[in-house]
Amino acid sequence: MGNYETYKYDVVVVGGGGAGLRAAIAIAETNPALKVALVSKVYPMRSHTVSAEGGAAAVIKENDSFDEHCSDTILGSDWLADQDAVELFVKEAPSEMIQLEHWGCPWSREPNGKVAVRPFGGMKIERTWFAADKTGFHMLHTLYQTSLKYDNVTHFDEWFATKVLVENGRCQGITALELRSGQIRVIAGKAVIICTGGAGRVFPFTTNGAIKTGDGMVMAYRAGVALKDMEFVQYHPTGLPGTGILITEAARGEGGILVNKDGYRYLQDYDLGKPLEVTDSRHPVKKTMELGPRDRLSLAFMKEVEKGRTLSGAYGEYVHLDLRHLGEKKVDKKIPFVRELSTKYAGIDPVYEPIPVRPVVHYMMGGVDTDIDGAASMPGLFAAGEAACVSINGANRLGSNSLTELLVFGAIAGRAAARFATEHPELDLTALQKQGADEQERIAKNFIRKDGGYERVATLRQEMTRTMESGAGIYRSETSLKETCNKLAELRGRFSNILIEDRSLSFNTELTSALELDLMLDVAQAIAHSALARTESRGSHQRTDYPDRNDEKFLKHSLAFRTDGAPRIEYKDVIITRWPPAERVYGR
Amino acid sequence: MEKTMKLEIFRYRPDQEDQPRFQTYEVPFREDWVVLDAINYIKDEIDGTLSYRWSCRMGVCGSCGMMVNGIPKLTCATFLKDYYPDKIRVEPLTGFPVQRDLVIVMDDFIHKLREIKPWIIRREGEEKPIEGGEYLQTPAELEQYKQYSMCINCMLCYAACPVYALDNTFVGPAAIALAQRYNMDSRDQGRDQRQEIIASHEGIWECTFVGECSVVCPKAVDPAGAIQRSKVSSTIDWYKEVLIPWGGKKR
Repeated sequence: MGNYETYKYDVVVVGGGGAGLRAAIAIAETNPALKVALVSKVYPMRSHTVSAEGGAAAVIKENDSFDEHCSDTILGSDWLADQDAVELFVKEAPSEMIQLEHWGCPWSREPNGKVAVRPFGGMKIERTWFAADKTGFHMLHTLYQTSLKYDNVTHFDEWFATKVLVENGRCQGITALELRSGQIRVIAGKAVIICTGGAGRVFPFTTNGAIKTGDGMVMAYRAGVALKDMEFVQYHPTGLPGTGILITEAARGEGGILVNKDGYRYLQDYDLGKPLEVTDSRHPVKKTMELGPRDRLSLAFMKEVEKGRTLSGAYGEYVHLDLRHLGEKKVDKKIPFVRELSTKYAGIDPVYEPIPVRPVVHYMMGGVDTDIDGAASMPGLFAAGEAACVSINGANRLGSNSLTELLVFGAIAGRAAARFATEHPELDLTALQKQGADEQERIAKNFIRKDGGYERVATLRQEMTRTMESGAGIYRSETSLKETCNKLAELRGRFSNILIEDRSLSFNTELTSALELDLMLDVAQAIAHSALARTESRGSHQRTDYPDRNDEKFLKHSLAFRTDGAPRIEYKDVIITRWPPAERVYGR
Repeated sequence: MEKTMKLEIFRYRPDQEDQPRFQTYEVPFREDWVVLDAINYIKDEIDGTLSYRWSCRMGVCGSCGMMVNGIPKLTCATFLKDYYPDKIRVEPLTGFPVQRDLVIVMDDFIHKLREIKPWIIRREGEEKPIEGGEYLQTPAELEQYKQYSMCINCMLCYAACPVYALDNTFVGPAAIALAQRYNMDSRDQGRDQRQEIIASHEGIWECTFVGECSVVCPKAVDPAGAIQRSKVSSTIDWYKEVLIPWGGKKR
């Protein structure tokens, strides 16, 4: 590795998905004099926002209200969301969505030209905006293309961020690996926003793309910032067996039903209400049956497996998502991507046959602990989107809240970071350059120039994902979690013997796979240890040994702090404003 | 005996090798595997030094375009079973410089993308405030440009384009389709600004309407159709400018 260079910006945004792009645009518009670096390990239009399908929630219709959206979100979160954050989110959502409409997002429309909305799981009133069933794709491309209009946003595409740089107790930039040259560079910034998304790839079976390895979460974690509520991992109830490809909740929003091997709508056995005939004009009933929250639907699947009422295939147990009664016309108009994906990847045309589905890791409710402005505990460091935990999602996120969250908190964090950068103009460039040199040396020594390693990246990664599934999956217990924690400690030890055969500097993806694995091991440990410490069941965190919610002890956020050994787990109170904890009721 | 299949893969590391070469790998054959699965198997189990781009593995992120037996394909949507038992040859997309192995340099496209101004342009003072709500757009108006908005920037159309292969100053299929996407959007008023770039000599006139771009497009965007429509409207502009003194624009 040769000399390193230093780039100087006002704000460095790490991650070019929905949140990062929205943040960059917010900064550019707040103050055109500010220089923004948008650093992404892939070209921004490859970011995983692209895969989101169903829609984005915001109150816009006359039959809806902010309070309804708040209470749905809080009930969905099993009361672990911070209610001040939820109220802010709900209030800001409509204007953010209209802003995106003004930027050109091709929202699906009603005949009169107004934006159309569809029903979604856990939402009492239909408020999910959609662009057929490629909502994330259209939002991402709209944001990316719009970002190109701002001259003060510089794109660092295919730069892999490796570290948050802290000087004088304040975050002052990052180091990043320029993939093309293999060089580590310092990108100094008066404020840094982490928008790197989630970490579904710590599990073996996930809807998440290959790039979702929790990079930014761990950069913050290693800088001393807590990861909050990491034990809450969302399983989406309908993924294709084998590939884990997502079949959107919109399929159920449009009237699709879930049936077991006997053709029976099994959700009625799990306190999610009673089914109506699919021919009934009132079907689907919101917040009932197939439109219950994701955590409850995924749990119901596991219970059906225990009862032996699921189907078995080459990739394990599954149930059927039946869309046949919707008819070809509706499927093609409202959920054409579902048809394309099922036909291509499952060999099933949903117009004529039911789709095989099973729960699949989809989303991290947890992330970098931030306040309502997106600010982390480290001055100058901010986070937004799935990488962050504000928290509006608590113990279970409602479908279609995350795309809106990108916009609302991307913009808020962008504006807050712009303010911070203006108020803190000084940068310790000499010290940052020294840190850059150290980081370059670390990567050279531990990876590129490393001799004698023998552990394959893929082997350790597979062992990690396997132990996460078996010990920290949908159901957990003290025994299973301890086993996983021990296994992860063993893998952390073995990682020091990692084998790197590729000595090339140019686009070395063996190096980036190893860096990603290094980061994922930290994420996995934070998840497993936070799950072990939370001896209750709430939302997506289900302990077989502690099956009940325990508000007295655990109406709190967990905070995982990195240490040289196991993470240290602390707690902080959930903010309750107007919705006191109550029984979580659906369908009755 | 487990069925297997051979993949012959283009290898090139510019900082270590003078010349590209092909390397053959044998992988398990599975009925439901795509070419990308086979390449991932090679990376994980046989040779960690192979570099390529991929992410979503569901045909929407646009990362994994490669030449498969000489044809531009999304490797996450190209099944091994369609080639079995024959050997498959995998190369980087043609028409682009190779960064390394199967990774192309796509700076040129990123530059062109920005040049065609792929964002909503409103005339000075005609921007609707957020408080005024959404712009109305009927389903029929949405249909006008919807197809062109489906482009995932996967670059297959550039690899298939005979004009781009000879002259990379050509704006190219995806960028023109995207310009059309905004030109046809009822909310946009920026067509004149975009036409300057599109109708220039590197633009649409170079397209010989071979239509290969639309054939390889995995998302049925039909860039060839976009180019034709763009030609027609540019021709009308020209006639208006030459034959009508006020340029056919409302005064």
